[in-house]
Amino acid sequence: MTSIGTGYDLSNSVFSPDGRNFQVEYAVKAVENGGTAIGIRCKDGVVLAVEKIITSKLLKPGANKRTATVDRHIGIVSAGLVPDGRHFVSRARDEASSWRSVYKGPIPVSALSNRLGSYVQAYTLYSSVRPFGVTAIVGGWDSEAELAVDGQVGSGPESGSGGKIQGAKTGGPGLYMIEPSGLYWGYYGAATGKGRQAAKAELEKLDLNSGNLSLLEGVKEAARIIYVAHEDSKDKDFELEMTWISSLDGPTKGRHEEVPKGLLEEAERAAKRALEGEDEEEDATKGDANDSERMEE
Amino acid sequence: MVGHGMTGMLGEDGIHVDMNHLKSGEVNLGTSIMAINFKDGVILGADSRTTTGAYIANRVTDKLTQVHDTIWCCRSGSAADTQAVADIVSYHLNMYSIVNNEAPSTQVAAALFQELCYENKDMLSAGIIIAGYDPKHGGQVYSIPLGGSLHKQPYSIGGSGSTYIYGYCDNHWKEGMTEEEGVEFVRGALQEAIKWDGSSGGVIRMVVLTAKGAQRHLYLPDTAYSGPGITN
Amino acid sequence: MNHFPEAWGRPRDDIYGPYNPSYLQTTGPKTHTQSPAVTGTSVVAVKFNGGVAIAADNLASYGSLARFTDVKRLRKFGESAVIGFSGDVSDMQHIDRLLESIDIRENYSTHGNTMNAKNLHTYLSKVLYKRRSEFNPLWNHILVAGFDENKKPFLSSADLLGTTFSAPHLATGFGAHLAVPILRRLFPDEESIETASKEQAVAALRECLKVLWYRDARSLDKYSIAVISEAGIEIEEDQQIEAQSWAFAEAIKGYGAQVN
Repeated sequence: MTSIGTGYDLSNSVFSPDGRNFQVEYAVKAVENGGTAIGIRCKDGVVLAVEKIITSKLLKPGANKRTATVDRHIGIVSAGLVPDGRHFVSRARDEASSWRSVYKGPIPVSALSNRLGSYVQAYTLYSSVRPFGVTAIVGGWDSEAELAVDGQVGSGPESGSGGKIQGAKTGGPGLYMIEPSGLYWGYYGAATGKGRQAAKAELEKLDLNSGNLSLLEGVKEAARIIYVAHEDSKDKDFELEMTWISSLDGPTKGRHEEVPKGLLEEAERAAKRALEGEDEEEDATKGDANDSERMEE
Repeated sequence: MVGHGMTGMLGEDGIHVDMNHLKSGEVNLGTSIMAINFKDGVILGADSRTTTGAYIANRVTDKLTQVHDTIWCCRSGSAADTQAVADIVSYHLNMYSIVNNEAPSTQVAAALFQELCYENKDMLSAGIIIAGYDPKHGGQVYSIPLGGSLHKQPYSIGGSGSTYIYGYCDNHWKEGMTEEEGVEFVRGALQEAIKWDGSSGGVIRMVVLTAKGAQRHLYLPDTAYSGPGITN
Repeated sequence: MNHFPEAWGRPRDDIYGPYNPSYLQTTGPKTHTQSPAVTGTSVVAVKFNGGVAIAADNLASYGSLARFTDVKRLRKFGESAVIGFSGDVSDMQHIDRLLESIDIRENYSTHGNTMNAKNLHTYLSKVLYKRRSEFNPLWNHILVAGFDENKKPFLSSADLLGTTFSAPHLATGFGAHLAVPILRRLFPDEESIETASKEQAVAALRECLKVLWYRDARSLDKYSIAVISEAGIEIEEDQQIEAQSWAFAEAIKGYGAQVN
């Protein structure tokens, strides 16, 4: 970075002569040091996973979660500065609850991401603040059912509402990634943090845009990708944290929840086997086949 | 409902709007309004009489108010209050569709109406029926009576004239009517309400909301409410 | 307190005389809700061995008009409690949304310590008391049914003033006059409550609702009933009052001396 030391990197509200905001770029660096976080948008739900780096053996295993629930149907994982991530989640919860108090219903994932994007962007404009040192992945499920107004009583016709159009947009999975600049896009698969390059390469192999991957397959893939992405930084211990949101008739009934322990451990075992299998091809294929069968039950 | 000081409770029967609550000289929609679900969407209907006391201030009022493309409401109670509320909701729904790049659902409209009617219940006399259509949810009918509670209903009737047609509607109502049957149900019910309620009268207006959009109907008293029918 | 929700919170007419509205000024300070509009009548509940049963009819009245006949006045809070509401329906909906926001916040963390019915009752009674102290009461009388921190059946009430009361059988509105005596006769002491089966409790509530249907002019013959036990919450929302007794009307002729 040739411009370092020229003074244009000291303040948020000052552009460099070639049109860059260095504070934002440094925030991205902070993200790049964080544990890998990914999200996969499956046909019947969304999986979020994060590689939680264990910074001390004195920390209680399983505590200090890095995934968070917003409202009931949305989850957030982030890579980068943990306290910034916590504040970001807190803001997301406020936004979701403010939406609920006005519209008496759950906030759509797209609307929440939009508001959070605007929030993060505002921290790139003023000299008195620094940008967020996190890239956050927001995953959720917009209900496909006919939504009620919170608190309403009574019901419509017993035969259901008339004039519904078959195939009209009726909710579904949503996955967004918000960067320190405030930039956000919707994704089929998103990755950020230290192992993002490897993770992205793996995500691209999944052919997510065809919309065929099931949530259960997604859980397995997410675990594997976190393990693959961890390869390069083997020095540190990590915990795999995974959450998911399924459709209303799926395992979480449209809610954001932790992936159950049994399934998580199973996905981890499969992930480890898959990694070992890259050295010894023949074993891996057998192991995988058995595994996917067990998870479908 | 007690407004600014003065005056007590609802009448013994609790039905009639507390006239003392209306600020003196206020225009009142002593009204017959209704909205129904049918096979392809919803139909709203209303009479056209506005009174100040016994004087008919407007004999061709339009009590069917659009708050978004295919979300409309029927207003009863104070004309000033319900117009103000409808205008505010209309503004918010317009903003919603711009900000979220998506048309608001009827539920969103109902939620906004309820918030205004509930939080300001001491200042308002407004009985509003919301009916809307959207492709995902189909037709929806919501009722917000005086206290600001929100009720989802297969069909809803409101205003002073409605008390005379509870029996008629309960008897003639059936689910999944065709558009013709629905229009006839609303027309027949409002004709009775107008007949028995002195505060209701004039023409019958209707709006039919379906995937095709909003279509207005009009029925005139001098032809026994037989026509002209569709007017747009 | 009597069974007319619109009279709740007012000085009793029989003691203080009817309220003189001339004391109210036509211009003056902001006033708040002083009467409910759309109301629900009684809620009845009783404890039994291993849980609590609670019931309310599905009517929301508008004065004497039976305006809405599909209003579910028993509301679930998570998997831990059921709240029965009588009084103003718009305020019930307000409280319902309040409870929903609490439930959402409870699920932010996964520690698993969720609010029990007793906690919920304490919270709601304080909400009600705060609002009455602002001269803007939430016009409801509620029953909270569930379990306490020791997993023992819990049943308690709170009214629009924030007054709380707890007993093995409770009822609001007209039910306080008509249902409680029935329940007291069926379950006269602690022991009878501790030995009562779920079926006995449910049958007792159905009997109470039948009497209320006979004698409360703001009641409906369609009702909801919920049972909270260790197995969870079972709620049935479209029940019909059955085995009614009317045929004896045939023997009633005239009002005294008349024989035909």
